[in-house]
Amino acid sequence: MNMKDNILVLIFGAVILTMPLWAGIVGAGYPDLLQKFAIFGLFAIGFNILFGFTGYLSFGHAAFLGIGSYTAMWSFKLLTMNAIPAVLFATAVSGLFALAIGFVALRRSGIYFSILTLAFAQMCYNMAYSVLTPITNGETGLTLTATDPRILDAATTEGLPSTELFGMGLSGYNGFYFCAIILIIGFYISVRLYRSSFGLMLLAVKSNQNRMKYTGLNTKPYLLSAFVISGMYAGLAGALMVVIDPLAGAERMQWTASGEVVLMTILGGVGTLLGPFIGAIVIKYFENIFSAFNDAVLNQVFGFLPDFIQGIWVSFASLFVGKGWHLTLGVLFMLIVIFLPGGAMEGFRRIAAKFKKEKEAHSAGGAE
Amino acid sequence: MINVNQTGSKTLVDMKVNRRSFMKGTAVAAAGVAAPSFFTRNAWGADFVNNPGNNKSITLGFNVPQTGAYADEGADELRAYKLAVKHLNGEGDGGMLNTMKPLSLKGNGVLGKKVEFVTGDTQTKSDAARSSAKRMIEKDGALMITGGSSSGVAIAVQSLCQEAGVIFMAGLTHSNDTTGKDKRRYGFRHFFNAYMSGVALGPVLKEELGIDRRAYHLTADYTWGWTQEESIKNTTEGLGWETVATVKTPVGAGDFSQYITPVLNSGADVLILNHYGKDMINSLTQSIQFGLKDKQVNGKQFEIIVPLFSRLMAQGAGDNIKGILGTTGWNWALQDAGSQAFVKSFGQEYGFPPSQAAHTCYCQTLLYANACEVAGTFYPPEMIKALEGFEFDGMGNGPTLYRAEDHQCFKNVLVVRGNQNPSSQFDLLEIVKEVPREVVTYDAKIFGGELGPYKV
Repeated sequence: MNMKDNILVLIFGAVILTMPLWAGIVGAGYPDLLQKFAIFGLFAIGFNILFGFTGYLSFGHAAFLGIGSYTAMWSFKLLTMNAIPAVLFATAVSGLFALAIGFVALRRSGIYFSILTLAFAQMCYNMAYSVLTPITNGETGLTLTATDPRILDAATTEGLPSTELFGMGLSGYNGFYFCAIILIIGFYISVRLYRSSFGLMLLAVKSNQNRMKYTGLNTKPYLLSAFVISGMYAGLAGALMVVIDPLAGAERMQWTASGEVVLMTILGGVGTLLGPFIGAIVIKYFENIFSAFNDAVLNQVFGFLPDFIQGIWVSFASLFVGKGWHLTLGVLFMLIVIFLPGGAMEGFRRIAAKFKKEKEAHSAGGAE
Repeated sequence: MINVNQTGSKTLVDMKVNRRSFMKGTAVAAAGVAAPSFFTRNAWGADFVNNPGNNKSITLGFNVPQTGAYADEGADELRAYKLAVKHLNGEGDGGMLNTMKPLSLKGNGVLGKKVEFVTGDTQTKSDAARSSAKRMIEKDGALMITGGSSSGVAIAVQSLCQEAGVIFMAGLTHSNDTTGKDKRRYGFRHFFNAYMSGVALGPVLKEELGIDRRAYHLTADYTWGWTQEESIKNTTEGLGWETVATVKTPVGAGDFSQYITPVLNSGADVLILNHYGKDMINSLTQSIQFGLKDKQVNGKQFEIIVPLFSRLMAQGAGDNIKGILGTTGWNWALQDAGSQAFVKSFGQEYGFPPSQAAHTCYCQTLLYANACEVAGTFYPPEMIKALEGFEFDGMGNGPTLYRAEDHQCFKNVLVVRGNQNPSSQFDLLEIVKEVPREVVTYDAKIFGGELGPYKV
């Protein structure tokens, strides 16, 4: 880890922590969305440790997200409303599940690995959705009740208790800062892994696993560690979702949720350190902001146009917002995959390179 | 396995070497913790969340399913909300404002403030619904959240609203839990519930199908399905029917054939579908395709019952709905002045009659606005007190009471049957019986639950 990485982490931290101050400009400056940015950013960064570093595409990471959520919820219900035990238990339990699932799934690679993880995730989802209803409360979702034991907490007075960190409530911006700090730590660890010899081994597996095997090296433990680590990230993200909003539902384990994190990572840039986080922000932004646009908002936006053109524009644009936000996301995804296979990060690199070239050309011209 | 530990410890060693850089990170993090104390929930309003203060307008949040199994209902709910906002602001023909009694609204907005709204997609998922409701509260400054076309979602959003201190006017939610074990002080429900369906349906079932029947339940696997199954089961077993089996099916399953096949050989002669929305359309259509309705079992004609019916579903299921019994909260064919006024202005606006979901959502918006007007403030505890025990008429279904003990409305319940000879594409349900409110009223204590505090 060199100076450059330290600076990267510091800048990353500064950007995240000052988010409440500037995210309002693009309409994202409210706690719930910022919390989502941090949580799904963490989820995507963890997913990237497996998919980006080793090239193993897991299609079932949402299972760990859900397991983390349920574990954290039970910690809130049985032990205490303090977030620390919930987060620790969730990370550990999802790590255990990842170990078990990874042990089996990693016997295969490529598409077979993806299908195996997908199968396991769907299995977990169906278990949570119907079979294990006493533990997960099925479709309705697991919520706090006034009659939970909470053996470490004093009895509550009226209404339901809320999550806290040694007395500090974790709703609103407090919750965001709690998630943000964990995100920064998670990002830091991912940078450290990337630069470590362990990370190098993972990258080697990605470029040519057969050659690694021919040198007499057993790649399996490395892959399994990467799988477990990224499963723990997912579990941690799941726990944070429950910390900011104490409700755990099975739908967050569905295959669509697993697909979403794949999209995030590809959109931002697979294998890059920052890319997955950027992808997570883009997707969550679309989901929350674009889906909220309705005809009234569009009429306001296009209000400067003459009436009949405005009408046409509004009816055209309304296809892409509101319930049509998936369409916008799909178009964006296609554009990125076709023109920028390396994701948003490749876009930034190209712009930077062009800028650099121009500058060089400029300075060369000046020398003449 | 040993190898795993080796790699693990290798990473750890690597980390220790660079502890300094880690410390830097922690410092940044610590600075972050100190910063946010001024951003607390109470910072949004001086005395309550999203207090409009001297603003010229107020914002309501319409949180409905625009995608998923209940999307049709959601779309109709949104139409009703938009119509309600128009009427509140004194535009259009006023709809039920002309028939509602007692009425404090003046058609100039609420307490002189213009009504504006924001919309969101619940995706029929608790997570997405809560996230969308939070956006409305935190970003758009919504004073009241309403909507939901799934009881699971309604309950999830209702508890969120209680925590946030924002009023929740439940839309289409039929589970006993919404105003039963999961009731909240800040949540109100105008729609009827599964228990009332059971009570209303009982006598009709006895009359039409007799007391010697064997029932098979297919139930949507979440809070609404569970409570409806329980209520209907209690009713039918009270009649002397036998319950052969109760099978849970996932919401949004699409294909129900694997659940319907076992019904054929179960010895049951009545199939009860505790399904709603697209699920009900699919399960009913498939049951008919499997020939259930033409079967004779135990020497009796096989019957299908859909305890909770809606015209939108009837439209989706087409001819399959003919002769099927069920209950509904409201139907556009009702002849009272309130229903007629609503159907007229809805029809003028959109060109077709409203569904029961549209009706309950329209009423809820008006009832909220009226309660604010009565209380003379938007301050939730006062508004809640104004609506608790509110007795009104002229909004369809006859005289109606918003019971204070559980925030449940009591009004007449309709028992309906799929129309054999519809006169139009909307004339799909024939009203068999209008069960008076006294009959469906129950003791508020039977479902347990706590409303919680007025001030949060």
